[in-house]
Amino acid sequence: MTTDQPPLLRVEGLRKTYRTGAAEVVAVDGLSFTLRPGGALGIVGESGSGKTTTARMLIGLERPDSGEIHVQGRPLAASVRGRAARLARAKAVQIVFQDPYLSLDARITVAATLDGVLRLHGTRDPAERAARVRTLLARVGLGDREAAALPRHLSGGQRQRAAIARALAVEPAVLVLDEAVSALDVSVQAQVLNLLADIRRDTGIGLVFVSHDLAVVRYVCDEALVMYRGRTMEHRPVAELLTAPDHPYTRLLLASVPRPGWDPDSISRRRRALDPLGAPAGP
Amino acid sequence: MTPDTRAAAARLGRPARLTRLRALGGSPLQRTCLLLLALFVLAAAAAPWIAPQDPTFGSLGDTLLGPGAGHWLGTDQGGHDTLSALLVGTRTSLVGPLAVVVFSTVTGIAVGLFTAWRGGRTDALAGRVLDVLFAFPALLLAILAVALFGKGMTAPVLAMAIAYMPYTARLVRGLALQEKARPYIAAYTVQGHSALFVTVRRMLPNIAPTLLAQATVNFGYALLDLAALSFLGLGVQPPTPDWGAMINQGQAAVLQGQPLSAIVPAVAVVVVVVAFTVVGESLSDTIAGRDPR
Amino acid sequence: MTLLRYEDLSITLPGTARPVLDGIGLTVGAGEAVALVGESGSGKSVTARAALGLFPEGARTTGRVRVDGTDLVGADAASLRRVRTATAAMIYQDPRAAINPVRRVGDFLTESLRLVHGWTRDRARGRAAELLDAVGLPDPVRHLDQYPHELSGGMLQRVVIAAALTAEPRLLLCDEPTTALDVSTQAEILAVLGRLRRERGLGLLLITHDIELAASVTDRIYVMYAGRIVETAPVGDLFTTPRHPYTAGLLGSSPPLDAKAPERLVPIPGAPMGLLESAPGCAFAPRCRFAEPGRCDQAPPPLSDHGPARVACHLAGELTLTPHRDRPGDHHPHRNQEVR
Repeated sequence: MTTDQPPLLRVEGLRKTYRTGAAEVVAVDGLSFTLRPGGALGIVGESGSGKTTTARMLIGLERPDSGEIHVQGRPLAASVRGRAARLARAKAVQIVFQDPYLSLDARITVAATLDGVLRLHGTRDPAERAARVRTLLARVGLGDREAAALPRHLSGGQRQRAAIARALAVEPAVLVLDEAVSALDVSVQAQVLNLLADIRRDTGIGLVFVSHDLAVVRYVCDEALVMYRGRTMEHRPVAELLTAPDHPYTRLLLASVPRPGWDPDSISRRRRALDPLGAPAGP
Repeated sequence: MTPDTRAAAARLGRPARLTRLRALGGSPLQRTCLLLLALFVLAAAAAPWIAPQDPTFGSLGDTLLGPGAGHWLGTDQGGHDTLSALLVGTRTSLVGPLAVVVFSTVTGIAVGLFTAWRGGRTDALAGRVLDVLFAFPALLLAILAVALFGKGMTAPVLAMAIAYMPYTARLVRGLALQEKARPYIAAYTVQGHSALFVTVRRMLPNIAPTLLAQATVNFGYALLDLAALSFLGLGVQPPTPDWGAMINQGQAAVLQGQPLSAIVPAVAVVVVVVAFTVVGESLSDTIAGRDPR
Repeated sequence: MTLLRYEDLSITLPGTARPVLDGIGLTVGAGEAVALVGESGSGKSVTARAALGLFPEGARTTGRVRVDGTDLVGADAASLRRVRTATAAMIYQDPRAAINPVRRVGDFLTESLRLVHGWTRDRARGRAAELLDAVGLPDPVRHLDQYPHELSGGMLQRVVIAAALTAEPRLLLCDEPTTALDVSTQAEILAVLGRLRRERGLGLLLITHDIELAASVTDRIYVMYAGRIVETAPVGDLFTTPRHPYTAGLLGSSPPLDAKAPERLVPIPGAPMGLLESAPGCAFAPRCRFAEPGRCDQAPPPLSDHGPARVACHLAGELTLTPHRDRPGDHHPHRNQEVR
């Protein structure tokens, strides 16, 4: 923060609305944050909070109505034309999706998937690509057997590792993880969380970790941004957010995490008090 | 096939495809239909060599013969050998629908992929145009084409291909929209691949099995439509042997109490259409029941 | 009084390497909340469905599932129907899949009352409104005329629970009832289920992958792994002194939600065992850090008593397991590779 080096990722005044018939739904409104190199930001929210729309805007699958996204000081183009622009955009931000069963191409082996990414991004020599594929897969804890396998012969955890390797193959500045561990079994989730922590420590890549799970965000990130119905409720270092949550919604989220001696009745009452209709809007 | 053997087969690469083909066999009916189709294709390929006589040569002394030693399936009122006409006619009768299916599938894929990928206004506009095309019965469009461009194969085949295209386009669009919503396609885009690469090289192969099933069923319909056109005398012109034309010429024979020369090609049409439908349906059942991941 | 009792229930599917369920024994009493915790492939959902007499097609089933005294294994259609309509009801993970999207909420709720019990429209609607009120939906009469898409997931899950209550069942089977819902909605649904249990003396079987959730709302927990129950204990006991390495591993796998800097998680290596895999001894041995060759890989361990708990582990009683992340070592980032 003290250097004149630009932040890795700077998002300013991001806004996105959807039309459904006559009604206009604000998915994301006035979202701003910065991410320093090697930083990890958790975007926390429930369904309809706008967190997934945010992730999709960061990777260019949705175009914001207004606002700017800068990666390493350069604005992220709203639309890309031509090969060079596409590749530059890919180098800026990559993503790992939630569903390990649908995020890999069922017809293509893990090694061939990574090989395709490397070829697209200019590694000409096949031997060099093969070596790089092996390194990338080793990085996420996959070996030759998994490399030669089609996705359907891999477990959920192994697929998610492959998806992480695929994203890392592009060598992006920022990696967005959209609920990347929530579809995994608990025991496997812990393995992938450890892997993400290692990658963060070893590569200095910036992580944007989109999740509904505060505990998981706590484990991976140092800052958290709480979203509710498209608006930012609170954006602070995670430790502070957990010890002294400012916003009633953050407090509700924290209280909602099940633990022994937990009283779901009181949470329901607090939720009603916060939101009389009880129904979050949005997609 | 147990998942174990499937896994084992998949590791060996090529044999996996054979195993999969065998798995398509399904019930005895499906296997019989597959065999019948194979026989017809073989007959079409080998017709000039296996046909006992020249089907275009009519011996006026041998009209309306019953089945016998010289003519296994008899002759028609022009003295043509029915068996030879059937065998050689297999060619024209299968090539026409094949052209229709290939043309309509290729254009349908292009239209379907393009509209699904672009979405928005392009998609809505293309949808309206397809709706208009849907309103034209294939046969009517083919007759119109004949009226404009004359009798023969080319005009009706083109017209019918255009009339069949919306069915494929709509199917491709639906499948492509479903596939487009899956994160693996989004991942290709995010990696920087071009839209053309993602749709044609990556999305299309994933939806191809369902398209194949649809194309198979379409083939049966196209054969029926083209046979009908020939029957009306608007399609393939004599002396080129064709099943529809054979039925047309056999009408007189039916009236004279020797219906075999009309019944034989009619049975062939029915058998091929039914076989294609059964195989197509079993293909789509296999695809629907299969967990692709 | 025991509402639901599994006695040595085993289910085997053709073409698999191990039974889907292997000697399941479990009881749920009236007014009791019991959790069945497991990961994918553990057989927890198959177990739950068996309580409605729904066994996988083509499976070989042995043992007994008694609901209110009626054995459902090999039961005739009439007794199955009686159990399904009057004694037990199931709530599934995704409420949107459980409700016909083109029919109004009121139709969904009154259907069985009118068709099965022959109630009039007005009487059935009155009852439906009562039930919606009982599951905590404000303004129930208005919701009767709404379509499912007009309601949020949490509201719909309450409609599904209300529908399950129409026949006044005494046993509720909840298969991941909150997994598809938001965290704060989850609390509401669990509050509703807890209240129903207290007020109506319902027996509750909660199927979940989330051991912390199970510990928060139930009295007793069964932990399943690869078709077997590996540990069962009263909640407090299980949480403080897990006796099976798998239970301890599950507890150590979820990151804690506290302010101090997170320690490294200690995951269970490998992935849960699929139906095409089997192990000669303890099914968990291939992933177990305590497994002793020659001991754990010989025969499956029986479920035996250890204090207040029952544990299926050859080493139970010898190990001192602590639930939280205090085990150093395993700090090798590249070694957490999955084994299969």
